Amino acid sequence: MIPGLVIEREVVIEAPAEVVWRIITEPDQISQWFADRVDLVVEPGAHGYMQFGDQGGPVVVETVDPPRRFSFRWNYPAGEEPLTGNSMLVEFTLTAEGAERTRLRVTESGHELRGWPDGEKQRYADEHREGWAEYLDRLASVLADRRPG
Amino acid sequence: MTTPADDELWSAIADPSRRRVLDLVVSNSDVSASWLADRVPFSRQAVAKHLVVLERAGLVSRRKRGREVVYQVQADRLDKATRAMAELAAQWDQRLAAIKRLAEAAHTTPAAPSC
Repeated sequence: MIPGLVIEREVVIEAPAEVVWRIITEPDQISQWFADRVDLVVEPGAHGYMQFGDQGGPVVVETVDPPRRFSFRWNYPAGEEPLTGNSMLVEFTLTAEGAERTRLRVTESGHELRGWPDGEKQRYADEHREGWAEYLDRLASVLADRRPG
Repeated sequence: MTTPADDELWSAIADPSRRRVLDLVVSNSDVSASWLADRVPFSRQAVAKHLVVLERAGLVSRRKRGREVVYQVQADRLDKATRAMAELAAQWDQRLAAIKRLAEAAHTTPAAPSC
């Protein structure tokens, strides 16, 4: 785990990893938990599109490693190719915990940690075990304590 | 969705050294760069660079106090960042809950075999 990624959440699902994999990668399934309309081919480098209400945007598939890892980039400027510096990366990691149970973790991260050499990431992880949300929460509470009244 | 301004903010707090500087500014108002440099294990030049990034992200502001420049945290910006983070996390919690529902339903009632 790399702490400091923008968002990291997880859930335990009572179903095999292969079933969870289908839900997170098949367009007609994705449209049930994410975008309203999904045009996506699950192949590394494939360009797709996701529609949210009257808004939408392009996505590019990055990693496809069934049934373990799936990632895509989104939130990048129209007309540009998504790179580490201009997009958000969504990564799903599936870990089988027995035949009928899967731990699904999702991280959504900005560009800062992507493209770092692994050694740097490790240094970062060692030096800073506190995630973004925890960090901000803590700063906010320090600040609240300091405020008069 | 994030904005360029948010990106600056996330970048600003992604760096552990910068977090250390921000920690000190948050818990001690109106501190100078040299005061900070005495309390961190890196150079004064590094502290100055971190302060520039934090200021650009709107997390700290500076003012003159006599002959020295002192820094303070921008509480509103910090509050906004905390709220944005909580919102993003809540969105993913909802999506994961939906994935869980769909996967467990698909597992217990497998699709009818196709002919």
